[in-house]
Amino acid sequence: MTIHFVVHDEGDSVGVVVVEGLQASNRINGWIMDQDRMIEFDAKSDIPIGHKLAVKQIKAGDTIIKYGVDIGRAIADIAPGEHLHVHNVKTKRW
Amino acid sequence: MGMNLKGAGFEGWRRENGRMGVRNHVIILPVDDLSNAAAEAVANNIKGALAIPHAYGRLQFGADLDLHFRTLIGTGTNPNVAGVIVIGIEPGWTGRIVEGIAASGKPVEGFAIEQNGDINTIANASRAAYRLVKHASRLKRTRAELVELWVSTKCGESDTTSGLASCPTVGNAFDKLWENGNTLVFGETTELTGGEHLVAERCRTPEIRAQFMAMFDRYQRVIESNKTSDLSESQPTKGNIEGGLTTIEEKALGNIQKIGRKCLVDGVLDKAEAPTGPGLWFMDSSSAAAEMVTLCAASGYAVHFFPTGQGNVIGNPILPVIKLTANPRTQRTMSEHIDVDVTGLLQKRMNMDDAGEALLDCMLRAADGELTAAELLGHREFSLTRLYESA
Repeated sequence: MTIHFVVHDEGDSVGVVVVEGLQASNRINGWIMDQDRMIEFDAKSDIPIGHKLAVKQIKAGDTIIKYGVDIGRAIADIAPGEHLHVHNVKTKRW
Repeated sequence: MGMNLKGAGFEGWRRENGRMGVRNHVIILPVDDLSNAAAEAVANNIKGALAIPHAYGRLQFGADLDLHFRTLIGTGTNPNVAGVIVIGIEPGWTGRIVEGIAASGKPVEGFAIEQNGDINTIANASRAAYRLVKHASRLKRTRAELVELWVSTKCGESDTTSGLASCPTVGNAFDKLWENGNTLVFGETTELTGGEHLVAERCRTPEIRAQFMAMFDRYQRVIESNKTSDLSESQPTKGNIEGGLTTIEEKALGNIQKIGRKCLVDGVLDKAEAPTGPGLWFMDSSSAAAEMVTLCAASGYAVHFFPTGQGNVIGNPILPVIKLTANPRTQRTMSEHIDVDVTGLLQKRMNMDDAGEALLDCMLRAADGELTAAELLGHREFSLTRLYESA
């Protein structure tokens, strides 16, 4: 079974796409590394390899969690399965 | 499974100061930008000599000049170097670098261009380089225990696969080397931003933690006082963003995976400063790949681990750079740059111990003399860190 995306920790808001050519509406398999558990999802955007998708409902202003740690804040609402990147998340530093 | 590091070793060169090297370079080291042409001419005359041209060395002063000297002296002193020819525009600073390298017992000779001209300098330095290369070619590799290998790390053109897999692979190998008693280093001060608390927690003593945080806070002030934006496209870089990294915090948390789960930070180093004992050292340093790797070489490290996501192609003139990637697109499109393919980690075809051992195995082969991708492709990036403007 192909792993389409990987989540570091089950508390994280995001997963990382690890295959090329992922398209919206694809049914995709995710691997939660730390708990070694698989989940299934529908992709809602075309997402390039290495880019992230939301795995939870996120509201503008929410803190984004990856590795169980704060990696920035949402500047727009992001639905599960949507592409999450510099267009909707910003650093809290600098 | 399981590699027995206690029995592991490598065949390298024992230098005059007792350190073990894994390469046997004779380098032609310019003191300053003006001396690059003569240095390159000498290396062209004498086969087996390697010129290391660079852009600086004039009108520097204070701490910036100290760093310049420390980096050049450290490069010459590195155990991967068998002998050094130093060429400068004038004899004063040339002599200072010669003396610094000579303190290690290594053969070194200096030449100054003023009152000689390029042509006579090149002729004299070429004769000296001829003797040094002849001498180096007679030296034999000898067996040493793994613990004598100094290993540095820094990642580059990182993406999300770096934090998921290639940086944790280095972390796995570093945990094993640290338990074995090796001398290790990581750095990239601003690239810990967002994860600095995790590094602080790993410092072995409160004193080391305070030293680390002082270095971190100082570098934050440099960013805060010079920035004109949130640094997006600089840190993280355009390449990082293309690779899916969104914020500096996310990049930092991936970066920090390189220090594994067990290693403690045993001490801190200034740029190009040599460690005084075994363990994991933090070096206050730029996160730019060529600058950081140049500083690692100047601190005396003999082999380097370089995880990459999008495919940084860096090498170094004297320090073998071992590259690994977990990104299948990078492995597919740039495989000639990659020494260790850990793409299997992301499809559960490989576990982290397998990946760490594949990296350690590659390291031992490189230490025994197998050329790295960067060496085969001629990547010799040598980039001096500057602290401020020249006088």
